[in-house]
Amino acid sequence: MTITRQPEWNAKEAAALIAPIVASESGPVLLCLQAVQAYYGHVYSDAIALIADACNVSRADVHGVFTFYADLRETPPPAVPVRLCAAEACQAVGARTLKAEWSAACEASPELATLTGVDEPIFCLGNCALGPAAMVDGELIGRADVARLCQAIDAAQAQERPL
Amino acid sequence: MSIWFVPRDAAARSMGADAVAAALIDRGETVVRNGSRGMLWMEPLIERAETRDGGRVGWSNMTAVQIEQTLPSEDSEHYVGPVEEIDYLARQNRWIYERVGVTDPLDPEDYVRHGGLAGLKNALAVSGDAVVDIITTSGLRGRGGAGFPAGIKWRTVAEQSAQPHAGESRDATPHKYICVNADEGDSGTFADRMLMEGDPFCLLEGMTIAAHAVGADRGLVYLRSEYPDAIATLQAAIDIARERHWLGDDILGSKVAFDVEIRVGAGSYVCGEETAMLESLEGRRGMVRAKPPLPAIKGLFGTPTVINNVLTIASVPSILARGAETYAALGQERSLGTQVFQLAGNIAQGGIVETAFGITARALVADFGGGTRSGKPIRAVQLGGPLGAYLPDDKLDVAMTYEALAAAGGMIGHGGIVVFDETVNMADQARFAMDFCVEESCGKCTPCRIGAVRGVETLDKIRAGQDVEGNTALLRDLCDVMTQGSLCAMGGLTPNPVLSAINQFPEDFQSPVIATG
Repeated sequence: MTITRQPEWNAKEAAALIAPIVASESGPVLLCLQAVQAYYGHVYSDAIALIADACNVSRADVHGVFTFYADLRETPPPAVPVRLCAAEACQAVGARTLKAEWSAACEASPELATLTGVDEPIFCLGNCALGPAAMVDGELIGRADVARLCQAIDAAQAQERPL
Repeated sequence: MSIWFVPRDAAARSMGADAVAAALIDRGETVVRNGSRGMLWMEPLIERAETRDGGRVGWSNMTAVQIEQTLPSEDSEHYVGPVEEIDYLARQNRWIYERVGVTDPLDPEDYVRHGGLAGLKNALAVSGDAVVDIITTSGLRGRGGAGFPAGIKWRTVAEQSAQPHAGESRDATPHKYICVNADEGDSGTFADRMLMEGDPFCLLEGMTIAAHAVGADRGLVYLRSEYPDAIATLQAAIDIARERHWLGDDILGSKVAFDVEIRVGAGSYVCGEETAMLESLEGRRGMVRAKPPLPAIKGLFGTPTVINNVLTIASVPSILARGAETYAALGQERSLGTQVFQLAGNIAQGGIVETAFGITARALVADFGGGTRSGKPIRAVQLGGPLGAYLPDDKLDVAMTYEALAAAGGMIGHGGIVVFDETVNMADQARFAMDFCVEESCGKCTPCRIGAVRGVETLDKIRAGQDVEGNTALLRDLCDVMTQGSLCAMGGLTPNPVLSAINQFPEDFQSPVIATG
């Protein structure tokens, strides 16, 4: 089950999305990529050439920026992204165990894996006194365990709204 | 009728504060969403007062279910009494954090009633040069980690003339920038986030004072994408500040014109390094720049740029309000004023401790922190983020100042303290440090880009028991190359956690372990 929340690619629409950024900002490439991703959920490959033309830089330049930043993705995000903090403060309170337990839960349930995506580690969510920290669909979870993650996923799904 | 305070801070929300607030509202109660007091093990910590500025009593670890059953009373086991008398808070010296947890972060009148804008008014009453002198006198040093004196940086920018963006015609509008580094990527640090969520006007006021001091017209806050609450709160504060002429063309009726925008990061740790941050702000890959030229002379888009950490800038309003001498009277040696320490990891009482420099690591971890959360003995403490050294329990009597920590082979960094109990395997931690560098290296310097990969491989051999002595020697050599041959702290300081783990905890490198990554 894949819930598509983001609109389909439309070059004209995308060009209109980035035009005001290019007009008003110095060094607009990253801002354009972020704007495209915010709207479409990921950066369609067509966007690279579009942004390159609009910003008067090479496609290689835009591609280089795109591939540098971990946030920028080339595929649609899962319906309810789950990110587990993998940094030291959370390691000190069982982040490695939580990751193993979460991976096992996803292996046991392909639906859960598809819904939440394979966890891409994230380094620090700024909740270092209440670890292990996790982010479920953009919501921060403190003292996370598998049960709390599942609760948060249910809550996020209950809030899912059609476009 | 009582007023209830329920924090809107992300840490409190991560423990269910929103549901608690909703449950109180459902009961017909008046709720103010304040910042967090920074006693994070108590969150959600809710407070009750009879008037808006009246004394408050609190209840810790509240849940919505409890509120639905009954309003909390003084008989409850969650009752913590008058909040400001709690030892953890009462023993602090809140300077930067004076309003965090007290006020509604987005209520401008609350801000002014609790001393907001006093610093800016004092600054606008004197020349920019005089403001730079005040900051220099205060001894304020950069809180991002390097500890560079803020006054000297500001003086350098003030002495430059504003410049058009690089590549623009000479007639284009000249600018100077105030860039705030809010890319708080160090694990174990959250003070920037809590300040932006708990008192965002303080950051804006500090930036405006800096702009007046150096003659800057534009401000940018480079804020990491992992902090959605901070982004939303700061943006709301910017909108309010513009309406009130706290930002804009005629700030508080003066001739100072300055505006602030947020730039959201894109998930790159190295962009917390100031020159990589400039590259990212210019829309490029976050590749570190060689210095010189200093950003103060040729910074963002080639213009003179002040780059300061959130806590550095947030220190400024209170220095202007209360006086540089008062500030400089705190602290020791050349570490003056207060530092916002953050207790994190396996700690019973984690949170924010703002106090004068010079407190020992042990006082922070044991007296404030109450030891480990697990109740097991402390084995290691990492000071100063992922690039800081690991110290064993018996080295924690070091004073938390830039100088004393440097002498002890550590660093204060951004003030983060991550505690590990006896279950930690230090070879795993050393491997993680190298692996983190593999993930986050910008790739400019070969010792960092390739060295980190080789570091992981070598540590894996050591952990598997292959020629431990020879590979350890190789690893030390590699660390030396990384330290000497990298432009920035990413490659230059990654050896800190690795070597400290080997030197302080050699037993963890002697016996083969099961690879866990």
